[in-house]
Amino acid sequence: MDAATLGMWTFLITEVLFFGGMFASYAVYRNMYLDAFASTSQYMNVVLGGTNTAVLICSSLTMVLAVRAAQLSNRRHLILFLILTMIFGVAFLVIKGFEYHAKWVEGLVPGLHWSGYTEHPEFAYHAQILFFLYFCMTGMHALHMVVGIGLLTFLLVQAYRRVFNANYFAPVEMIGLYWHFVDIVWIFLFPLLYLIGHRR
Amino acid sequence: MTTHSHIPRVRTLVLVWLALICATGMTTGVSYVELGWMNIVVALLIAVVKASLVAWIFMGVRYTTSLTKLFVVAGLLWLGIMILLTFSDYHTRSWMYQPQPWSHGPGNGPATK
Repeated sequence: MDAATLGMWTFLITEVLFFGGMFASYAVYRNMYLDAFASTSQYMNVVLGGTNTAVLICSSLTMVLAVRAAQLSNRRHLILFLILTMIFGVAFLVIKGFEYHAKWVEGLVPGLHWSGYTEHPEFAYHAQILFFLYFCMTGMHALHMVVGIGLLTFLLVQAYRRVFNANYFAPVEMIGLYWHFVDIVWIFLFPLLYLIGHRR
Repeated sequence: MTTHSHIPRVRTLVLVWLALICATGMTTGVSYVELGWMNIVVALLIAVVKASLVAWIFMGVRYTTSLTKLFVVAGLLWLGIMILLTFSDYHTRSWMYQPQPWSHGPGNGPATK
């Protein structure tokens, strides 16, 4: 178990640096174009972003409860909490989908459909950088969510087949670590993308 | 499978969840308050506290071996090195290729080319 945990954390550290590269480029460009980045927040949907933050935090709770159920050989609770976690995960992606759709309709997709940035035309050029980063970062995050839901499906099948018990639950714990990591990424994405500019 | 994992209490987990939800409300609320450059600092501080809570309790770093803890800290260290070096590059770029008093031939005063 210790070896698996260590290996999983090693993988997660590579993920930290993968997302860290995008966070670093975000920091560099925000430093360069502070006003342009601040003016973009009026185009971000704080209600949907905040709801998604809460949804992910809830999914982390159900995930950790699923691990606990596995540790206690409680198959019924394990299956219940795995399903709940998946529901929260899918809810997150559905809300994210609505947000992406709104961005497309409003013409806020740089390179493909960019026409909606009209409030502060002087910032329109540099604001494209932020929206590009927005789609890269939330897109990579959403991809990780899709992978996570796939892994949870695998766990659910295994749990249904009574594979896990108090002596063997490492896969549940390791995929739990991955799920929490994806939650942590969003915990940083939410303030940096949605909350940067109400007050500059 | 020699060691038994620590089994957390439900009460602890629910309290952490509650703290995370409250912190989300707090970071959203405080973003509407004018704090100048402090806004981003407060937002990042709250995010770091939230992430630490998730890692410490939900991810069970608290209950792991010191070797795993060392790996986690090392990961954060690499992240810090990457961000530090990136910024030292971008921050000092404007320092280069500026005319210096000594770069225009003999004499001490700035050259009038």
